[in-house]
Amino acid sequence: MGERKRQPFLQVKNIKKSFGRVEALRGADLEVYTGEILAIVGDNGAGKTTLIKTLSGVIRPDSGVIMIEGKVYQELNPRQALDLGISTVYQDLSLVNCRDVATNIFLGREPLRHKFFVDKRRMVAEAQEVLQQLNLKIPDIHAEVGQLSGGQRQGVAIARAIRFGGKLLIFDEPTAAMGVQESAAVLSLIRQLGQKGYAVILISHNMYEVFELAQRISVMRQGKVVSTVSTSDVTPNDVVALITGASEIPS
Amino acid sequence: MGRTLIKIAQSKHFPQILLLLILLVMGVVLSFLSPYFLTWSNFYNILDQTSVDIILAIGMAFVIASGGIDLSIGSVLAYSGIIMAFAMKAGIPVPLAVALGILAGVIIGLCSGLLISRLRLNPLVTTLGFMSIARGLALILTKSSAIFGFPNAFKFIGSGRVGPVNVPIIIALVIVIISYILLNKTKWGYYTLALGGNEEALRRAGVATYKYRTSIYVFCALMAAIAGMITIARLNSADPLAGWMVETDAIAAVVLGGTSLSGGRGSIVGAVLACLVLGMLDNGLILMAIPAYYQKLFCGLIIIIALVATELRNRKEHRNFV
Repeated sequence: MGERKRQPFLQVKNIKKSFGRVEALRGADLEVYTGEILAIVGDNGAGKTTLIKTLSGVIRPDSGVIMIEGKVYQELNPRQALDLGISTVYQDLSLVNCRDVATNIFLGREPLRHKFFVDKRRMVAEAQEVLQQLNLKIPDIHAEVGQLSGGQRQGVAIARAIRFGGKLLIFDEPTAAMGVQESAAVLSLIRQLGQKGYAVILISHNMYEVFELAQRISVMRQGKVVSTVSTSDVTPNDVVALITGASEIPS
Repeated sequence: MGRTLIKIAQSKHFPQILLLLILLVMGVVLSFLSPYFLTWSNFYNILDQTSVDIILAIGMAFVIASGGIDLSIGSVLAYSGIIMAFAMKAGIPVPLAVALGILAGVIIGLCSGLLISRLRLNPLVTTLGFMSIARGLALILTKSSAIFGFPNAFKFIGSGRVGPVNVPIIIALVIVIISYILLNKTKWGYYTLALGGNEEALRRAGVATYKYRTSIYVFCALMAAIAGMITIARLNSADPLAGWMVETDAIAAVVLGGTSLSGGRGSIVGAVLACLVLGMLDNGLILMAIPAYYQKLFCGLIIIIALVATELRNRKEHRNFV
């Protein structure tokens, strides 16, 4: 672990967030390095999704700081987060169901012709390219996203994050609605992203996925990151024990 | 044949195709019922009468497609007209008077847009409030009596002709073309539909959604103000009660044209066709000496039916997704 003296791409310190009386985050800390896949695990309600939403600028933390490449932020908005290179695949996918695939992939970043008209042709061509690159099969790229299967919809959400890449990619349960083959494709894609030098955060309930992909695992419980371990140092059972709180410190 | 019919029924242009058919059938039936119907001047009359409705419906189409609603358009129409009338009576040059009247209407749209987008107020109730405010202002300013007599240059907007075509028809046509492009080909149109489909997704994509939502209400008010300009120019009189209940006609036309009441889907062509259907119905009823109030009844029914259809479809889609 000696080489981990380098600066993390993203560092979160003591983030707190309450919704009314519910304390979703009670001082969470996190570090992600470029070129690594960090898994965040934890029980339902542990604060995983809330934490990553503070990183993508969707939720404003009540207190704490976010450091990205050494720069300190009290809070981010979605535009800032995207501009800083943070792309997120949300658990709810964040798609506009009544619009087509290309329109969803380019949502918020439509290429323009003559500075005024949306360049639909280019969007469709590039969307097709990304989908192909990801090996995602969508029967009709002009179909409304709402007409696609759960796995295909997830594919569209992932394609959007990949298309605009950036430096940190966050996947919140990316394979939840997918079949075996689709999941396998997405998982191998996430592995490649780590190898290509992206920082990747993967939220997952699936221990197999986590051990297959991640170099490090941060375990969340009751709004805090209770421990971070190297995948090579622990077994799935150890991690489950950390999630449930059966053991406090990794062996 | 059967398969083609199914294909048409499943097409996303189904409402528009259906309207076109209704328009044809109505045309045929009415020309049998009334000898005056199938005359060039009557056809022209329908287009002329409908031009204001079309302009109003287009503004409404954007608002509804974005998942909102604007009940204040009739009052904004009257209020803008009154301001224009006062400005002209005060001797302000016509273009400036028109600009002032339009500005007055647009400010109301800006207020409701900002309240709805920033404070997240309910659009129905917010615009209901502004409906009353604008109507109240129009009545107060005029002491509830109409203002008559405008310069010829202004009257030209309502009853002038360019070649054989009435100016209101030309204005409506230009607005239809521009709005079609705006809705279908520009970022603004894309975001209008995305706002109606999934506002949170658009926000997460880094778009300042409140700016777009506000601008949509401004656009709708602009359309209402232009409709007000045409209305008072045509009648050579600005009536504080002008545009009474036009919002129901506009909403009916928009939903009849295939724009989804829950937002996310919108059609300019559909709204225009629906306005023509309603206009022709109106015209036919008058020719057959049936009181025009039936048209109001019809519009109300359309809105209720569209609401039920939207609700049922949403329930079905909800089942599919969750």
